[in-house]
Amino acid sequence: MISGISIYEIFTLTSILFFIGIYGFITRKNLISILISIELLLNASAVNFVIINKYMYPDALQGVYFSIFIIAVAAAETALAVAIIINLYRQISSVEAKDTEIMKY
Amino acid sequence: MNLSYLLLIPLIPLAVFLLLGIFNTQIKPAVSGYIGVLGLATSTALSYYAAFQYFFVSGKVDGVYQTFVEKVVWMNFTETSSLKYLHIDMGILIDPISVMMLIVVSTISLMVHIYSRGYMKGDDGYTKFFAYLSLFSFSMLGLVLATNLFQIYMFWELVGVSSFLLIGFYYTKPSAVAAAKKAFIVTRFADLGFLIGILIIGYYAGTFDFQTLNAVNPEGEALLLNWASTTFMGMSVFTWALILIFMGGAGKSAMFPLHIWLPDAMEGPTPVSALIHAATMVVAGVYLVARLFPMYYFVEEGFVLNIVAYVGAFSSLFAAVIAITQTDIKRVLAFSTMSQIGYMMLALGVSSYKGEEGVGYMASMFHLFTHAMFKALLFLGAGSVIHAVHSNYLKDMGGLRKYMPITNITFLIAALAIAGVPPFAGFWSKDEILVAAFEKNEFLYFIGLFVAGLTAFYMFRLYFGIFWGKETEYTHTPHEAPISMTFPLLFLAFMSIIAGFIPFSEFITADKVGFEGHLNYTMAALAVGTGLFGIILAWIFYKKENDLAEKFAHSFGMFYKWTYNKFYFDEIYIFVTKKIVFNLVAAPIAYFDKKYVDGTMEGIGNKTVWISRKIKGVQSGKLQDYAFSFVGGVVIIALVFIYLWTN
Repeated sequence: MISGISIYEIFTLTSILFFIGIYGFITRKNLISILISIELLLNASAVNFVIINKYMYPDALQGVYFSIFIIAVAAAETALAVAIIINLYRQISSVEAKDTEIMKY
Repeated sequence: MNLSYLLLIPLIPLAVFLLLGIFNTQIKPAVSGYIGVLGLATSTALSYYAAFQYFFVSGKVDGVYQTFVEKVVWMNFTETSSLKYLHIDMGILIDPISVMMLIVVSTISLMVHIYSRGYMKGDDGYTKFFAYLSLFSFSMLGLVLATNLFQIYMFWELVGVSSFLLIGFYYTKPSAVAAAKKAFIVTRFADLGFLIGILIIGYYAGTFDFQTLNAVNPEGEALLLNWASTTFMGMSVFTWALILIFMGGAGKSAMFPLHIWLPDAMEGPTPVSALIHAATMVVAGVYLVARLFPMYYFVEEGFVLNIVAYVGAFSSLFAAVIAITQTDIKRVLAFSTMSQIGYMMLALGVSSYKGEEGVGYMASMFHLFTHAMFKALLFLGAGSVIHAVHSNYLKDMGGLRKYMPITNITFLIAALAIAGVPPFAGFWSKDEILVAAFEKNEFLYFIGLFVAGLTAFYMFRLYFGIFWGKETEYTHTPHEAPISMTFPLLFLAFMSIIAGFIPFSEFITADKVGFEGHLNYTMAALAVGTGLFGIILAWIFYKKENDLAEKFAHSFGMFYKWTYNKFYFDEIYIFVTKKIVFNLVAAPIAYFDKKYVDGTMEGIGNKTVWISRKIKGVQSGKLQDYAFSFVGGVVIIALVFIYLWTN
């Protein structure tokens, strides 16, 4: 419970965060920027977990654990994605999304 | 009567066929010849044993030859409990004519096997040839032993296939390939009628079984008449069925107008002509009519038998006239075969059922037996001559009697037999046929008599042309054939002499009772007189080299030319099939098939490819495009759900 702030305001914040992430994911041309956008998506959902836990089930802690879990998974996933991008860079000397179209069809 | 060993008679040749066929390349030619001969010899021995058992030991009960059947149900068409329980059996049927055919087929086949060891020596396809011969023997023996219409039909097709394979044995020769195709297509066309006839009988009588179809009660009335009440176009359906079955028989037996394949079939090796196209397969049609004889006789007072008689008589006359003008010796023999089978059909056609009135039936089977012997002998003799001279044409022969004494003597015996000179085999059977024809229909009798004269004439034209006549200069001196070829000649010559003395009428009759045969001296004298006249005419024309025959032929003018070209029947058939059937029926159907049936299918395929080419750009490979579609989809679904829930 945070005094003076209702759950709706926090949901509004996380929704904005989430759609910023989606916008970034779709419009960014750089693979690293896309990765950062994904992080934004994950963070928005992590905040949602904590807030729902806090406001609706104050006696439980599952939501908090989930958010810690998501942070750990996000870290691993980011490491993996960066590794892939580095390998891709070695192949095509670029981290631009448009240069990965060679794999179509 | 124990029948189980009879199963071996067809199965041994089948085993030989499989052995020689599968190990075609591994087996040495010399060995394969022995295997073939040995297999057939076993079958022949079993056939003779069966015949002895049947005719002299256990076949006759109360003065009537019994029919023994052993069979298993092979295929059910209707429920076992239904009224017309239709099923196909497999089995063996033993009665006088099947036993007689067993002897004919196995004897001739054995002789041809022995002969082929000499004749085919050095041929590339030696082992293959023996495999085919065994296949044919298996099919023919199976055909003879069949218990029902369907079984006989299956073996009928099998002999057709083996005949096709053997006619086209020299498959590098275009003429042989064409002849094989022609034989197969013509007989297949006839067999279509046969099949429809079988189906009609299966539908209306509810059985394919010979015994049920031929059943006759003690008063001499056929039992199947109870079923024959359905009519079609004013005739009983059974009459139609029998006409169609006779069409199948006429195709196989080269009756007019389905005879065109037989002369061309002479492209095959000569032993094949002797076995298949003279003695055994071509008489299958006669055998079929004889097999169903009670049916033919009783359905509508033997209406179909009249057709059989007239077709037989006409074919006989037609073929005999053509045979006079042919110059290829095998073709002369082919037309002679057709003519003699016409004789057999004629005899069946004029026969009655009971006792001595059934003399035509007996005569037909008798003639089948004797004809098989002397015609096989004629063909084998001709083969021996061809082997020595390396030509089929009369103009390349002459004066061969000095070089080939055994062939000369045996050929002379066969020619005398076919000309009907006593005491040779043909005299006795031909005499019976003429007697039977005279009692029923004098017109047919005179045709028969005239054909007897023609037969004697063309046969001695052939004999004098080959063994006497002009002294031809040969590039390499002809020599007598080896013992493997002369032994069958001598054996068959022996049979041609004695076969006539078998009292056939006591063994084989339509009602299976048997009667005392006797010679009608007036008839016999007339027939022999006609035959001798023909021989004397041939003597004058062809014994010494002279131009009498040529002058005589010229006096006939157009008629001679027509006859020489076989009355242009091949050309008529070609015209009908190529110009009419092909252009008016086949070509439009082919066009429709190509344009519309194939077009629709190909159109569907092409359109699919076209559409896929158009829409495959959607898969751009751009990560963000996919993400955008994904998010867009999620948004749309979310909106839909929100809309549904809020209402």
